Amino acid sequence: MTFAKCRLATLVAAAALTLTLGGCATSGNPKDPIEGFNRAVFAFNEGLDTAIIRPVAVGYDKVMPSPVRTGVSNFFGNIADLAIALNNLLQGKVPEAASDAGRFLMNTTVGILGVFDVASTVGLEKHDEDFGQTFGRWGVGPGAYVVVPFFGPRDVRDTVGLVLDVKADPVAHLNNIANRNTLLAVRIISDRADLLPADKVIEEAALDKYSYIRDAYLQRRRSKVYDGNPPHEADE
Amino acid sequence: MKRLLGLMASLFLVGGLPGPAAAQSADLAPDVLVKNVTNEVLDIVRKDKDIQNGNTKKAIDLVETKVLPYFNFNRMTALAVGKDWRQASPAQQKQLADEFHTLLVRTYSKALTEYRSQTISFKPLKAQAGDTDVTVRSQINQPGAKAIDLDYSLEKGDKGWKVYDIAVGGVSLITNYRSEFAQQISQGGVDGLIKRLQAKNKSGEASVPNKQAP
Repeated sequence: MTFAKCRLATLVAAAALTLTLGGCATSGNPKDPIEGFNRAVFAFNEGLDTAIIRPVAVGYDKVMPSPVRTGVSNFFGNIADLAIALNNLLQGKVPEAASDAGRFLMNTTVGILGVFDVASTVGLEKHDEDFGQTFGRWGVGPGAYVVVPFFGPRDVRDTVGLVLDVKADPVAHLNNIANRNTLLAVRIISDRADLLPADKVIEEAALDKYSYIRDAYLQRRRSKVYDGNPPHEADE
Repeated sequence: MKRLLGLMASLFLVGGLPGPAAAQSADLAPDVLVKNVTNEVLDIVRKDKDIQNGNTKKAIDLVETKVLPYFNFNRMTALAVGKDWRQASPAQQKQLADEFHTLLVRTYSKALTEYRSQTISFKPLKAQAGDTDVTVRSQINQPGAKAIDLDYSLEKGDKGWKVYDIAVGGVSLITNYRSEFAQQISQGGVDGLIKRLQAKNKSGEASVPNKQAP
């Protein structure tokens, strides 16, 4: 956790510094004033992914039988439901928060530590909330687009949210360092493996991967803050 | 990042709108049309191991015959190109629509080869009787993850209902491409965009991160 904390503090400081310096904005997209900086970090993240993370995820995908992969995803998804419940509560969405708490309870017990997502089968839908969305709900605008080293695309609001997401992450707070690191690594690989099908589609679809991901991210976050019903933005 | 990319894939994952003879489709309600097509395409993909194993050519054939007749490419291209569309010559417009068509077919087909066992559920259509522009809302259900919203925007023309936009998890296809196209046009004009699309379609290359001079 200390390592992650240090890294995050450094990034946020670096981002803030670059924001004030202005970076070298290129295409003039008003939502991406530090595009030069972002493209550099994006390239770094892509490099890291190509060199290390993706190959491990591909290996994991090949070796693990599908039910095991699903079980691992469910296990981490279950842990995440706690922070999701908290964020729903902070957003004033009490029924949703109760449902998330119910999911956690049910999956941890009946679903054997979250490996089986039984809650979904009885109609307790999985939600997706984080601190960035909570801030958005409270009225904080997104701010500039930021690519965070390792973590990937964010906007200024969600970068601050990320710091809190990490603080609220139970896995990051485990006392046994060896176990914590193992779980963190497995989660990273499991999440990355879940995304492998998406890689191929994006390669096919994108003219410029950086801007494709940026624009999709900004649209997606806006939709998530409004839980799927964003008001219409003026076109053109 | 993880969720986002998953959604991006789903952007093209679910089938388009094929269906029975064109004459009949002009009378079908848009939500029925979307439902029929989706079910038909997914049925085929479920039974076709080749497609699931990555046979893009078969997937492309499927998409061309069953899905694309129900997409209005001229409209989609015009929307994605934005204000520069009117400045483009008819020849340029045709080239743009053709290249965009090819790009979408390839991407859609790629996504179909990634289909595993998701199911689609449809939400009730909220539209008045005389509406000519509707949104059909559905969602992709996958075990262990939050359902993904999949919305089709359709317009009623003289040839029946046609899709002009798809939004996955709130990410609109047209809006996303509008940004990308605008970037290409600002660098090399409409011809630059056409060339870029042609190059991409021809080689089936992986997209190269665009290094822009400050």
